[in-house]
Amino acid sequence: MFLINCPFCGEREQSEFKAGGEAHIVRPKQPTELSDDEWAEYLFMRKNIKGVQFERWNHVHGCRKWFNMVRDTSNDQIKAVYKMGEKPPVE
Amino acid sequence: MKNKYSIFSLIKNAFSYHENWEKAWKDPEPKKEYDAVIVGGGGHGLATAYYLAKKHNMKNIAVVEKGWIGGGNTGRNTTIIRSNYLWDASAGLYDHALKIWEGLSQELNYNVMFSQRGVMNLAHNLQDVRDLKRRTHANRLNGIDAVYLNTEEVKKFCPIINTSQDIRYPVLGGTLQRRAGTARHDAVAWGYARGADEMGVDIIQNCEVKGIKRNGDTVEGIETTKGFIKTKKIGVVAAGHSSVIANMAGLKLPLESKPLQALVSEPVKPIIDTVVMSNAVHAYVSQSDKGELVIGAGTDDYVSYSQKGSHDIVEGTLNAILELYPIFSRMRMLRQWGGIVDICPDASPIISKTSIKGLYFNCGWGTGGFKATPGSGDLFAHTIANDEPHKLNAAFNINRFVSGDLVDEHGAAAVAH
Repeated sequence: MFLINCPFCGEREQSEFKAGGEAHIVRPKQPTELSDDEWAEYLFMRKNIKGVQFERWNHVHGCRKWFNMVRDTSNDQIKAVYKMGEKPPVE
Repeated sequence: MKNKYSIFSLIKNAFSYHENWEKAWKDPEPKKEYDAVIVGGGGHGLATAYYLAKKHNMKNIAVVEKGWIGGGNTGRNTTIIRSNYLWDASAGLYDHALKIWEGLSQELNYNVMFSQRGVMNLAHNLQDVRDLKRRTHANRLNGIDAVYLNTEEVKKFCPIINTSQDIRYPVLGGTLQRRAGTARHDAVAWGYARGADEMGVDIIQNCEVKGIKRNGDTVEGIETTKGFIKTKKIGVVAAGHSSVIANMAGLKLPLESKPLQALVSEPVKPIIDTVVMSNAVHAYVSQSDKGELVIGAGTDDYVSYSQKGSHDIVEGTLNAILELYPIFSRMRMLRQWGGIVDICPDASPIISKTSIKGLYFNCGWGTGGFKATPGSGDLFAHTIANDEPHKLNAAFNINRFVSGDLVDEHGAAAVAH
């Protein structure tokens, strides 16, 4: 349980949000040319980091907008929140 | 040779106030080299070591555990055992485990308190009814006992369930697997540890893996907090931390680690003599031998290694429990905790070789690994010893995420993941 500072609405309870998994996985530009290995990498393989991880979140019970978050998964501390399309903050 | 546990040894030790029992396992320092090292001293890891020694004659092996054995998800689950899975591959895997459970206490000479009290899964809407009937048929075709119960039969089997049709999610029916049940989770780890130790396996606790040494595509050993251990075969059974170990070897796995919560109530007199699970409202409950209600909640949807879940998950589960069992409305909860479960996209496990020679993974058990402990250990031991999967775990290879041949138990496995 933690609070999330939605870049559009401000600080809200985590239960208002839906986690969208690892961020910055780029959708393949030429899907028809992908090998099975590349598809597996894109669809299924995840870093699943214990530590600082870049994620997507959706304020599903609020403004319903997607945004990005940098969070330490070992203690659930949020390091930064930034809008989709913005450059991720450097550690 | 260890002394056999029996009524006579119990009486004999009673005379010395139970102060002279021999240690169930040693506490050795790691040797320089082993034929195989198992990473993770939970139930699955200890079972793997036990079967490697027993069935494949690999005695020069070690289990390394960063904390104490059975201190992770083995000691945190809700101890439910069942094999009523939809797909053939899963049915084969989980029923293999269930068959071993049925003789496990005798085999280990350790009472794992396996109790075949039945597991009932409830249906709350018409789609649930169709799915559960389909699963019952699939189970019976695979030789797994399963019956479908209507609402009256559900009420008869577990009288405290509220079967009023006026509640938000009324009980429309359910399935029952009578061979299913529960076991004492700690005893499973301790029993396998004692058995493995007797055959010469080194169980090394407080020994965390810090790195995996590779020479090209072959493993050479592991770096641990107790120094370097040379070995040609590494079997990783690290549950929620599988991805962390995989990253050390430069591998990526299709896993996400999430907190899963459970809680127990204050102990009360026997009130529920079976296990009741509900997929739609996500609540399951059984009663331990101490009298506590053992309640399983759901996972959070974000990746976390914190072993703490969100409060709203517990709240949702208890709402469902109270609607189904109004009799529990004044029960007080005693303890609540979380464990980190590693979930595969298809909610089926991985028991597999990898692209690195000598590195094997047994992971992705998600929210339901405890029930498979003996079968998982047996099949993983087979895979490590022969460098080939057993036919029962061939479908659970890591390559299925490339080929697309998934074992999709998400939503089909009688409980949501």
